[in-house]
Amino acid sequence: MHAVHSFQTSAQDTIRKSNLSEPLWVQRVLIFLVLAFLGIFLFLPIAVVFANAFGKGITAYFQALTEPDALSAIRLTLLAAAISVPLNLVFGLAASWAIAKFDFWGKKILTTLIELPFTVSPVISGLVYVLIFGAQGLLGPWLLEHDIKIIFAVPGIVLATVFVTFPFVARELIPLMQAQGNEEENAAIILGANGWQTFFRVTLPNIKWGLLYGIILCNARAMGEFGAVSVVSGHIRGLTNTIPLHVEILYNEYNFTAAFAVASLLMFLAFLTLGAKRLIEWQSHRGFILAERNLNEGGNS
Amino acid sequence: MRVKQYSVLPGFGLTLGFTLVYLVLVALIPLSMLFFKTATMSWADFWQTMTSARTLAAFRLSFGASFVSALINAVFGLLVAWVLVRYDLPFKKIIDAFVDLPFALPTAVAGICLTAIYAPNGWIGKYLEPLGIKTAFSPLGITIALTFIGLPFVVRTVEPVLQDLDAEIEEAALSLGANRWQTFSRVIFPTLFPALLTGSAMAFARALGEYGSVVFISGNMPFKTEILPLIIMTKLEQYDYAGATAIASVMLVISFILLLLINTLHAWSRKFQEV
Repeated sequence: MHAVHSFQTSAQDTIRKSNLSEPLWVQRVLIFLVLAFLGIFLFLPIAVVFANAFGKGITAYFQALTEPDALSAIRLTLLAAAISVPLNLVFGLAASWAIAKFDFWGKKILTTLIELPFTVSPVISGLVYVLIFGAQGLLGPWLLEHDIKIIFAVPGIVLATVFVTFPFVARELIPLMQAQGNEEENAAIILGANGWQTFFRVTLPNIKWGLLYGIILCNARAMGEFGAVSVVSGHIRGLTNTIPLHVEILYNEYNFTAAFAVASLLMFLAFLTLGAKRLIEWQSHRGFILAERNLNEGGNS
Repeated sequence: MRVKQYSVLPGFGLTLGFTLVYLVLVALIPLSMLFFKTATMSWADFWQTMTSARTLAAFRLSFGASFVSALINAVFGLLVAWVLVRYDLPFKKIIDAFVDLPFALPTAVAGICLTAIYAPNGWIGKYLEPLGIKTAFSPLGITIALTFIGLPFVVRTVEPVLQDLDAEIEEAALSLGANRWQTFSRVIFPTLFPALLTGSAMAFARALGEYGSVVFISGNMPFKTEILPLIIMTKLEQYDYAGATAIASVMLVISFILLLLINTLHAWSRKFQEV
């Protein structure tokens, strides 16, 4: 019965396809246009990074990555990510719990406000911290008196990174938790679990893939942010340079091989991010199919 | 303020409280500084900053280049989504994954790559230079960078709508005598249009504030290739904090309006899909 049915649908599909698709030459032209567009805009930039990075041989490549200024830039980037990702993870979990699990006045406004850093120009994100902590800023005189340096120093870089990355986890989790609803959590509470037990044993397993994706996006942006960090950093070599700022300095000094060698690190980071995204989509899709199959089999038996 | 709380779940006060405190400290207080600082300027100073020839040129360039790049992305984004959803081609999954590259790649890297490609001695630039086409260090180069940055938006908003499109409506159009082009232009395209508009608006908003990928390829010449975020940066470096803040607060208002517009468009396109 099943085989006959699938045979019929596949025969129908073939007929349908021949009537409901464009002529072959139109398809070929469109495919060519898309491949040309993506080739020029996506694959050429990738090629140019590696061609330049390895242009003077593998020794020059590793030399550029291991010189002291590059290493200190890598350290600072890791530090900024190590502070901003956990902070924004906690914020994302809290915000999505409040917004997805409860109804309250102003929920839509709150959701819009959380997305604000996405639409604000990175330069403005840096500027606002200069206005607060800079020498002429609101807290400037007080900070100067107590000899605390925030702008043109590491704390400023961390603050700007936290600002530009704070929506990522929340934005992944809110729609996911809204779609999943409250039934499972309600059941857990009624069965006597406390809030933390409910969160760790019921909610967290349900949202783990979305959460992981949010963390990965947050981390990618934290490590790659340029504009905001550029405003607050002051570009002090070996002290307040992150990887992207180090790339800029090398490039402006016409040291192209080194600039692209360091840039290739960020290109690898981008590849990792894209790969992780695919893996997570595949995993969460598989989880969804497995759950559905369990449900069906349970219903049949 | 009316708080509806039917839920038996705990933690509402704690999580909402933490969310609000964090949001106010990290985002709202810093952003409100822009308006406080602008408010200390006299109206005449503010007006002079905003209407100086250099600022106006930057406004024209930023809006113009962002608009053109959003338009290019609307056309090619639709095309990419169409081909990736409908046609068979080798390495389709890998190509689809790479569409997100501009989201994942730090903007500074994008900037130096594109400059290396389009500079007069670059891979593409050296063929365009003899033809008299100046790409890097011209508005054309800025548009190319902004097109790169906005590329995923339209593809990612149109793709799901195209996937969910019911084959039956195309069959209906066909059986009613429409040819393929009529089916596309009168049946498929109107269904995709809200998503297409949403994606293009997102690309436009992103392009307007973009800094890292543009700063290398633009050459940063006042009046010619100086975009809005760059003029803010220049004023900061000259310690003209008031001028930088004035332009920034106008940009912030514009991007907030765009955000509201995009959310409205998004809601509209969802409603449209359900009907």
